[in-house]
Amino acid sequence: MPASIDLEGLGLDAGGHLLVLRGLAALGAGDQLTVTGRHPALAVQLAAWCRAQGHHVAGSTGPDAPGPLLVTKGRAEEQRWLGAVRAGDPGGRPERRADPRWGLAARGALVEAGGPPIGAEWADREHVWADVAPRLYAAATAAHWDPATAVDWSAATDLPAEVERAVVQVMTYLVENEQAALVIPARLLAQVHPHFREVIQLLAAQAADEARHVEVFTRRGLLSGGPLGTSSAGGRASLQTLLAEPDFTTAGFLLSVLGEGTFLELLRFLHARAPDPVTADVARLALRDEARHVAFGVAHTAHAVRADRAYLGVLRSAVERRHATLLDTAGLNAEVFDALVLLAAGSWSPEAIGRGWAAVRQLQADMDSGRRRRLAYIGFPDDEAAELSALHTRNFM
Amino acid sequence: MSGPGASGLLLGAVAYDPKVVTIWDGFRAWLREQGLEFDYVLYSNYERQAVDLVAGRVDLAWNSPLAWVRARRMALAAGVSLVPVTMRDTDCDLRSLVLVRQDSPVADLAGLRGRVVATGAVDSPQATLLPMLALRDAGLAPGTDVAVRRFDVGVGLHGDHVGGERDAARALIAGTADAACMIDSNLLLFAREGILPPGSTRVVGQTALYDHCTMTAGPSATPALVEELRGLLLGMSYGDPRLRPLLDMEGLKQWRPPRLSGYAQLERAVDAAGFYDASGGISASEYRP
Repeated sequence: MPASIDLEGLGLDAGGHLLVLRGLAALGAGDQLTVTGRHPALAVQLAAWCRAQGHHVAGSTGPDAPGPLLVTKGRAEEQRWLGAVRAGDPGGRPERRADPRWGLAARGALVEAGGPPIGAEWADREHVWADVAPRLYAAATAAHWDPATAVDWSAATDLPAEVERAVVQVMTYLVENEQAALVIPARLLAQVHPHFREVIQLLAAQAADEARHVEVFTRRGLLSGGPLGTSSAGGRASLQTLLAEPDFTTAGFLLSVLGEGTFLELLRFLHARAPDPVTADVARLALRDEARHVAFGVAHTAHAVRADRAYLGVLRSAVERRHATLLDTAGLNAEVFDALVLLAAGSWSPEAIGRGWAAVRQLQADMDSGRRRRLAYIGFPDDEAAELSALHTRNFM
Repeated sequence: MSGPGASGLLLGAVAYDPKVVTIWDGFRAWLREQGLEFDYVLYSNYERQAVDLVAGRVDLAWNSPLAWVRARRMALAAGVSLVPVTMRDTDCDLRSLVLVRQDSPVADLAGLRGRVVATGAVDSPQATLLPMLALRDAGLAPGTDVAVRRFDVGVGLHGDHVGGERDAARALIAGTADAACMIDSNLLLFAREGILPPGSTRVVGQTALYDHCTMTAGPSATPALVEELRGLLLGMSYGDPRLRPLLDMEGLKQWRPPRLSGYAQLERAVDAAGFYDASGGISASEYRP
């Protein structure tokens, strides 16, 4: 006895086909479904629908007698899913290699064969992954802050004019660096196979973080109404070498491990020595985000090195190559260095300047030891870590 | 390079939509991979394609039902033979409908006397010629007993362009026509498009079942190659991920062996409308493909 379904008064022009589909879903090709209903056009609707779907319908399809209609299920649906595969396991770790034919399908989806393969550059797990990525993404989402409310923009910033100019110069420099740090993850994520969705999500959150940093640093820079500071050719040259790095792991290593890693010390310094509460706030907020970016960079680079120890050589030559490219540039904008000294000094008195100078020297030493620590964690021997840290750009990022 | 009478097959198809290029490019590539030298040319209307098929300028034509009727008549007059090759599973057992608004007092086709009936283009078998035959069979002479409001969109495409039918449906809902003619599948399409909201219309008449497109080989085609092509098309599987998008675009799940039993109604409709003469000459006065 065939399965049956009663559409009552529902027509196929108002969703009735969903009930027919449901009735057919449990059946195999060649099996039959009896369809009954009271809609006056049911017979013609069902005939037209079945024809388009590859099913056969028999019964009183004539005008006036919508008696029971007998649908024989066709093979099209079964044929459509021949060769369909699951795109990995949705809950578990991503596959070692993501199939380009999975395209944009959700991890774990049943993927119909056919369709264009995705042209993602990075489809190997070891090239993009770190086990901490899902947790870092969750942390990034939870820590999302609103620039409008997270900073008390009305707090007093009536600094001596020259100290204010130093703050503005530092902010101008920070914006430039954060723009590079925004563009790079945005560029990388477009080339990661969507199977590694947590990595894409994390890079998207990272780009969004940087967008907020650009906003708050710009806003602080303009708070006193004055013009922004300077942008040096050498600083921009240094940043642009980061944009040119084509490899995912190497780009992340240079940006997040070495560059943003170095910035952690800078932001800590700015937070601790800020001459006004707004500067302290924006540095603190950015620092919190950057720590996550560094954590992923370090975790992924270490992951890649664990999978293939020879990768240390690739990373080393990337640092050397960048150093060689930047040999002829001035490195850090002199105005930025001087501004940091004055910002830390708080005034032009010789004693204060001496203190500021020492603080910036200490900052550079802290930056160096932070870099060495992260390089050692990734797998570099201590002497090599020291050597590579010394080759890092004088522009900090 | 294949061509009429050469070592391959040249098919004519009508470019009723840009997707026709994608479809036949895809089929051509696949057929060539199977070892059949195959190419296609596109026509802007079915009339020239029918003429060229019978004249041997193309080996095959992907014919609308009306183009088949014309080609058959022309071939008969010219003393050449045509061979049906294949049709789509979706070309079999279609029906056209005549709809009125739900609240219309009209109960059947005869009730349309003195009223306005909206149709598709002048050369649409499904939305004009066949429904007009149904009216005639119900004792109503189109143009005399009922006023015909024709929507001539895509003339020359034999109704493949759905625009005329859609405009007829809109006219029905807008109240500028008392009835509208369309193929059964467009009843569902226009409902999805929101043109015919559920419950807004009622079917007051329908045609008998008829068949739609059919692929036809002409006098220049090499019979063995036609057989090879037929075998290849009938062997196309909807389970093949490369062919499936092409089959979806072409609107079929599988090719099936041809039959010629489904065109008698249209032959009668063509004669009743005076659309073609017995030799396939165009006799419809308002037809400019």
